[in-house]
Amino acid sequence: MTYIAKPKFHHPGLKKNELGYTHRDYEGKISTLCAGCGHDSITASIIEACYELSIEPHRVAKISGIGCSSKTPDYFLGNSHGFNSVHGRMPSVLTGANLANRDLIYLGVSGDGDSASIGFGQFAHSIRRAVNMTYIVENNGVYGLTKGQFSATADRGSKSKKGVTNTDNAIDLVAIALQLGATFVARSFSGDKTQLVPLIAAAIRHKGASFIDVISPCIAFNNHAGSTKSFDYVREHNDAVNRLDVLVGREPISVDYAPGTVQVVEQHDGSRLALRKLDADYDPHDRLGAQTFLQKHAAKGQIVTGLLYVDPDAEDLHTHLDTVETPLNTMDEQALCPGSAVLDKINASLR
Amino acid sequence: MSVQSPISSVNDFVVRFANVNGSGSASANELFARSILRHGVPVSPRNIFPSNIQGLPTWYEVRVTEDGHLGARGGVDMMVAMNPQTWDKDVASIEPGGYLFYDSTKPMPTSKFREDITVIGVPLTAITNSTYTDPRQRQLFKNIIYLGALCALLDLDPKVVEQLIGEQYKGKEKLLSSNVHALHLGRDWALQNLKCPVGLRVKKSDKVGDRIFVEGNSAAALGAVYGGATVCAWYPITPSSSVAEAFTSHCKKFRHDPETGKAKYAIVQGEDELASIGIVIGASWNGARAFTATSGPGISLMTEFIGLSYFAEIPAVIMNIQRAGPSTGMPTRTQQCDVIACAYASHGDTKHVLLFPEDPAEAFEFAAAAFDLAERLQTTIFLMLDLDIGMNHRLCRPLKWDDAKQYDRGKVMTAEMLEEGRDFGRYLDVDGDGIPYRTYPGTHPTKGSYFTRGTSRDRYARYSEEGAVYADNMQRLVRKFETAQDMVPRPLQANAAKPTKVGVLYFGSTSPAMDEAIGILEARGHQLDRMRIRAFPFHSSVASFIADHDFVYVVEQNRDAQLRQLIVNENGIDPVRLVPILHYDGTPITARFIANAIGDHQDHLKVTPLRKAVT
Repeated sequence: MTYIAKPKFHHPGLKKNELGYTHRDYEGKISTLCAGCGHDSITASIIEACYELSIEPHRVAKISGIGCSSKTPDYFLGNSHGFNSVHGRMPSVLTGANLANRDLIYLGVSGDGDSASIGFGQFAHSIRRAVNMTYIVENNGVYGLTKGQFSATADRGSKSKKGVTNTDNAIDLVAIALQLGATFVARSFSGDKTQLVPLIAAAIRHKGASFIDVISPCIAFNNHAGSTKSFDYVREHNDAVNRLDVLVGREPISVDYAPGTVQVVEQHDGSRLALRKLDADYDPHDRLGAQTFLQKHAAKGQIVTGLLYVDPDAEDLHTHLDTVETPLNTMDEQALCPGSAVLDKINASLR
Repeated sequence: MSVQSPISSVNDFVVRFANVNGSGSASANELFARSILRHGVPVSPRNIFPSNIQGLPTWYEVRVTEDGHLGARGGVDMMVAMNPQTWDKDVASIEPGGYLFYDSTKPMPTSKFREDITVIGVPLTAITNSTYTDPRQRQLFKNIIYLGALCALLDLDPKVVEQLIGEQYKGKEKLLSSNVHALHLGRDWALQNLKCPVGLRVKKSDKVGDRIFVEGNSAAALGAVYGGATVCAWYPITPSSSVAEAFTSHCKKFRHDPETGKAKYAIVQGEDELASIGIVIGASWNGARAFTATSGPGISLMTEFIGLSYFAEIPAVIMNIQRAGPSTGMPTRTQQCDVIACAYASHGDTKHVLLFPEDPAEAFEFAAAAFDLAERLQTTIFLMLDLDIGMNHRLCRPLKWDDAKQYDRGKVMTAEMLEEGRDFGRYLDVDGDGIPYRTYPGTHPTKGSYFTRGTSRDRYARYSEEGAVYADNMQRLVRKFETAQDMVPRPLQANAAKPTKVGVLYFGSTSPAMDEAIGILEARGHQLDRMRIRAFPFHSSVASFIADHDFVYVVEQNRDAQLRQLIVNENGIDPVRLVPILHYDGTPITARFIANAIGDHQDHLKVTPLRKAVT
């Protein structure tokens, strides 16, 4: 982790968003990850997405587990509370935080070791429970902090930097998230900011469990020939099904659509997702179809990216628990304690 | 050999029901216990059950005790033997002169009985089958029929039982009348065919007073409601599951917004204990009062998070309903065996606050207080119950709440305080008590945010691996623990009638057995001052108590004298001065056991002067 704060100076002409914040207001400390790390590009995309959405930085709670990816919340949204928790346990900590205060935006940042191995159970159950969150896995197929062991998302047959071939089957977190009922599922590539930024923005606006698997090459331990998570490999095998623009009551980010190729999805909160279809056969509202599409392409060695599934009418855990609109963490004894008169009645019923 | 005369006792005896798991006997047995209470006579019932749902033996024991001894007594005066599987052992366990009640529909060979007991046969199956045809009804009403027969045999007022049935089946007239009918079937048969009452009798008294009859788990859950818990995450494990279940039902009654009907609470059944404590920590970090309930194996799983709570200073309340360990151990048997595991849970140098309630009333009180303590001290608070308190109905003083009480939310820096320019250092000891200020996420646009982590950091929450910075923080945590000492419930001391240099320390569910044992020991000429420890860290009076006595017995329900170890370790006491009295077979400790163990030790110590011995 870094203890180096970035200087606060910025160019007076720097563009401001609706709330009057500049890009710099969404930044955090200086990254201490390896130069060229894919994770830093994801950090930049998160900053960009929050800036574009004009989110008040302190209204975000950023929660992570342990690992290189989990260190990144220190590098964005410096005015937000962050919680670098326990290895593989970000989902439960985030679930609890979300229950305590439903009014904040919850950003869960995790890695492939964190979510597909030690925290596979927590990943699965937080998705099942429909926690309203944006769950980003910075997926490099390798344990970076402990110097290059395979993770559970490493493809079978891929080679480690030391030349060992992985013989275990890979876990595809996107396929699992679809199966478990995530209501927003996407995959992207850290090197493709134009695809990633709108996906993150759309995920944040989505009410329900949003999951984004971001393939993020580890330049230190997993960017060699034989790796299926290297820059070169992912660029060659990336098959984007769509490109997304998020429209939040203002000028769209881009309007160069060819007629008939755009599908507009309106989300619960009024934001609209403009999907530029790159694959005519792909329907992002068809959970079963998405699963099949994914498997077929995986068999051909292609990495499908884009918005793979969205349910614009999704519900979340608070809906299921039917909790009050007021955040639970603001309630005092007036609201919570039944008082002595009720206790007397309880006592009477126990005699 | 003289003929054993039958036991004769009014309002002081033990009845044990031997049943088959899943036969529906539990509600009839509980009705029996409550009926005696309604006669103004205290009872102390205990479930003795296997880790199983159907088919295995289960027992329900009712100690009838006019004197109000609520600990287990040991021994059985009347056995209601309804389980052929355990017949031989059940018959053997009856005290000489005791009574055996059984279903005499099928003749039993005389070799199956004992000569020194009174055998009471009631053809329960025959009576049941001649009245009911439906198999489920036969099974359920058979239980009520034996209750009716016991009514006659023990001289219970049938009106009292009828009234209880009436309360239970209020609004379900058909069930009510058929239960009353079954009760009289059994009672009438006994009155017509047997000599009623027997030597054991219940006589109306006034010894119950305004006390209530409640399970510790339910009371602890109610304490959580009163204490303002809004988030509960749990994973089912015996004997703690009924805490979360009771919290759910209390919340359904008391925690819905009257206007919208929406819930002012969130309960999540986690996928495991790791998720449960993770949810608690996340919710508490975000400013809600949150808790989990578990037992030993769950504590083992939670330890990594407990260390995070200690080091990153996040409140959490864990209710540990202890059961016999290690490993899966005896899941449905009681022990006080997680004292060390909880006091020092997690890797590295850690220490945690433990609260030891003695009964449901204290479980309620301490549960509510645990949330204040957790937020004040910003750390994990363990509420240490055990199966004996948690899963049995216990007579205790009524629950009390002061409506003027406000929750102590601890040191939380608000947006206004930050706006005023107050210096916010998440781990800065501004008051000298070791407790820093915290902020809730989302408090202020530019001030007061910080990064929570389990790694070392400085007073302003900035990552640091500097040795001096790390040590400074660890020392502050020690200071904080010292502060806790004066915040937790103090020990309670009761001195013997005559001055003595012998003392006894005990805690939790040992309490009623200890109180009773003191009387027995006094009768044997042993005077003991006693102190009940109610929390860890230990108050300074514990060390003074030990210093004031030549030696002190430490009575506990585990093999390794865990409380004694903790006292020796934390207070630097010479271990020789603390004599362990240990009960750990999974049954609740009894006054007889304590009195015998302490009495024998005391007798052994009575040194006869050498000169006297020689002459």
